[in-house]
Amino acid sequence: MTNPDQTWSPLLGRLSLDAIPYHEPILVATFAGVAVGGIALLGVLTYYRLWGYLWKNWFTSVDHKKIGIMYMVLGLVMFLRGFADALLMRTQQAVAFNGNDGFLPAHHYDQVFTAHGVIMIFFVAMPFVTGLMNFVVPLQIGARDVSFPFLNNFSFWMTTAGAVLVMASLFIGEFAQTGWLAYPPLSGLAYSPGVGVDYYIWALQIAGVGTTLSGINLIATIVKLRAPGMTMMRMPVFTWTALCTNVLIVASFPVLTAVLAMLSLDRYVGTDFFTNDFGGSPMMYVNLIWIWGHPEVYILILPIFGVFSEVTSTFSGKRLFGYTSMVYATVVITVLSYLVWLHHFFTMGSGASVNSFFGITTMVISIPTGAKMFNWLFTMYRGRIRYELPMMWTVAFMFTFVIGGMTGVMLAVPPADFVLHNSLFLIAHFHNVIIGGVVFGTFAAMNYWWPKAFGFKLEPFWGKVSFWCWVPGFWLAFAPLYVMGLMGVTRRMRVFDDPSLQPYFIVAALGAGLIACGIGAMLVQFAVSILHREALRDETGDPWGGRTLEWSTSSPPPEYNFAFTPIIHDLDAWAEMKSQGVARPLEGFRPIHMPRSTGAGVILAGISMVFGFAMIWHIWWLAGASLAALLMTAIAHTFNYDRSYHIPADVVARTEAERTRQLALTEGA
Amino acid sequence: MSAAHTDSHGDAHHDDAPHFSIRDYATGFFASVVLTAIPFWLVMTGALGDKTLTALVIAGFAVVQVIVHMIYFLHMNTKSQGGWNFLALMFTVILVGIVLSGSLWVMYHLNHNMMPMPHSMNELP
Repeated sequence: MTNPDQTWSPLLGRLSLDAIPYHEPILVATFAGVAVGGIALLGVLTYYRLWGYLWKNWFTSVDHKKIGIMYMVLGLVMFLRGFADALLMRTQQAVAFNGNDGFLPAHHYDQVFTAHGVIMIFFVAMPFVTGLMNFVVPLQIGARDVSFPFLNNFSFWMTTAGAVLVMASLFIGEFAQTGWLAYPPLSGLAYSPGVGVDYYIWALQIAGVGTTLSGINLIATIVKLRAPGMTMMRMPVFTWTALCTNVLIVASFPVLTAVLAMLSLDRYVGTDFFTNDFGGSPMMYVNLIWIWGHPEVYILILPIFGVFSEVTSTFSGKRLFGYTSMVYATVVITVLSYLVWLHHFFTMGSGASVNSFFGITTMVISIPTGAKMFNWLFTMYRGRIRYELPMMWTVAFMFTFVIGGMTGVMLAVPPADFVLHNSLFLIAHFHNVIIGGVVFGTFAAMNYWWPKAFGFKLEPFWGKVSFWCWVPGFWLAFAPLYVMGLMGVTRRMRVFDDPSLQPYFIVAALGAGLIACGIGAMLVQFAVSILHREALRDETGDPWGGRTLEWSTSSPPPEYNFAFTPIIHDLDAWAEMKSQGVARPLEGFRPIHMPRSTGAGVILAGISMVFGFAMIWHIWWLAGASLAALLMTAIAHTFNYDRSYHIPADVVARTEAERTRQLALTEGA
Repeated sequence: MSAAHTDSHGDAHHDDAPHFSIRDYATGFFASVVLTAIPFWLVMTGALGDKTLTALVIAGFAVVQVIVHMIYFLHMNTKSQGGWNFLALMFTVILVGIVLSGSLWVMYHLNHNMMPMPHSMNELP
């Protein structure tokens, strides 16, 4: 099923020199920049002989902490790419007035807004929340690793393989020009004959395998590996939200997989699931993809609610207000998130009864969310609040997210939605909740758990610079969009006829510039903190006066996390241990059974990536060969019985003695 | 997995390993064969006459088939894994119910409210 306009060769499929966009100056310049930066990075790694270190200690590691950190790095790298797309769009829209066509041709602009959405959701927000859950959950429940450590490593590399495919589309071929959900018939073969939608499909399918497996893994971990005494209602709130999020992942991602598989069949073998002819219905695609898509937004925000709960209670020096109601609110949101999907397409033509049902369920879901908001406020009430960076981000979140939530309730009213749908008001709304919620929450989490991950705090000055650029920058960038949305300006426009809109777009572009300063300041913050790490070092393992178990071990934690599995008597286990003066066990260590690193995850994901690339370009021989290689490698890996080893008791004793010495030093100081 | 389980719960309920016997598998297999054969027979002979009715009956048999598989082959019951399996099953059933009934309702409405159109796009001018 190749497009007649394109040449197809048995060796390279649709791939030819024409696929390289050397005639587009922007892409050539980008490629030059990426190539120079990439070669410099590879040179540095080679010069300092870091390849072996990276391969042995990171890439093949099954340690949940390292995998969590790698997820965060992936998210950050992709965040820079996605934000570059955002800057391109903001600049284009600020100049494309009065007959000026701007600097992005239409087909390129369409790829930019599609890539921005896909990258920010799938390869920024998802790695961020998955990384946080991976790092924090086993520590919070007193486990030594996740239930299936190899699967964890494999999941990470599958997500990365998807991200690499999206990035490759920038320089080899093109990306989808369909918007981030690739609605047919536009994404069908008739209107998108090129490789763009195929890049979209295979990147998401490969990354989706990773997401689903990691969801299963974390559910099993939370259900099975909790420390003795930690009943469900003694689990930290972050772990609760992680559990609900992973339940959502496991229940909703198969829907995405199935929808994309049907779209692939339409495109590859000529079926008619989502065409206009032969009984197909593009509307069914919209219906199904939002059955995945709405739970997806709660997949992103629920763990972040957990982050804010931990941060608020730690930095207010109090137990979280309304723990039980927080848990029930989370569970209610989990179930309700499956009952609201139609609000994404009120205007597609369902009648009043359908629209009002989904409008009401949407408004209902704001009730548990509101309950959470009050719980955080009451936690702060009469607390000794310390405005360190995590708490600052949390307060910025409350302020920002509430407004985003209220514009969401406005959009939930079907008649209002008929006016506002597809407008910049919608764009402002979802950036309001995703930036104000997920992004601010990720920054709160990074500042909060960084000392746990690396043993030194993040430097506060540049963090505050970043904060004060980000928060006003966000409002400057999106308040004009709310206004224009109310005036009826639609989304995804490349040029504008009405010159009176230009000032709004210029303000929005300035806001994006301010956010760019915020991102720059954050990178400086990381660099400065790493340079001054000795001054910022935390020897106690508990720099914030934390309340949950992850703060009871050293920073960074030893690879086995806990020399002895802690026994839990109360919610906020570590706060309880501190108040009871529970002593660290100093002897009687036993060998610890740990999973062994394996390169199988990297190799399997690499082969999957080749398979995806071959399918995108219709290189059938390579697709067949890589599929066969994939199956054989997977089967071969099952014969690898050398999966685990024991850390000898004396090594544990030495590590723990070192920790004892450190603790004594900090107490003496 | 089960080792970790017995570690973390000292309580004395009998072990979670499902007790499957040849008898259970045979019952499951026999039930599956019957539940497959009847729909085939209905379609092949057209015994019910009405196509819609046949489709509905087949769907009913399919649901029973799913339940048989879950009980006899996946050993689903309310007690395995401390009730977690049953909880997960109930959640799945509710979600699948929401997805199926919701999609049918939504798509029916969309169909009902669409402008009258020619049956095929090819007939458009």
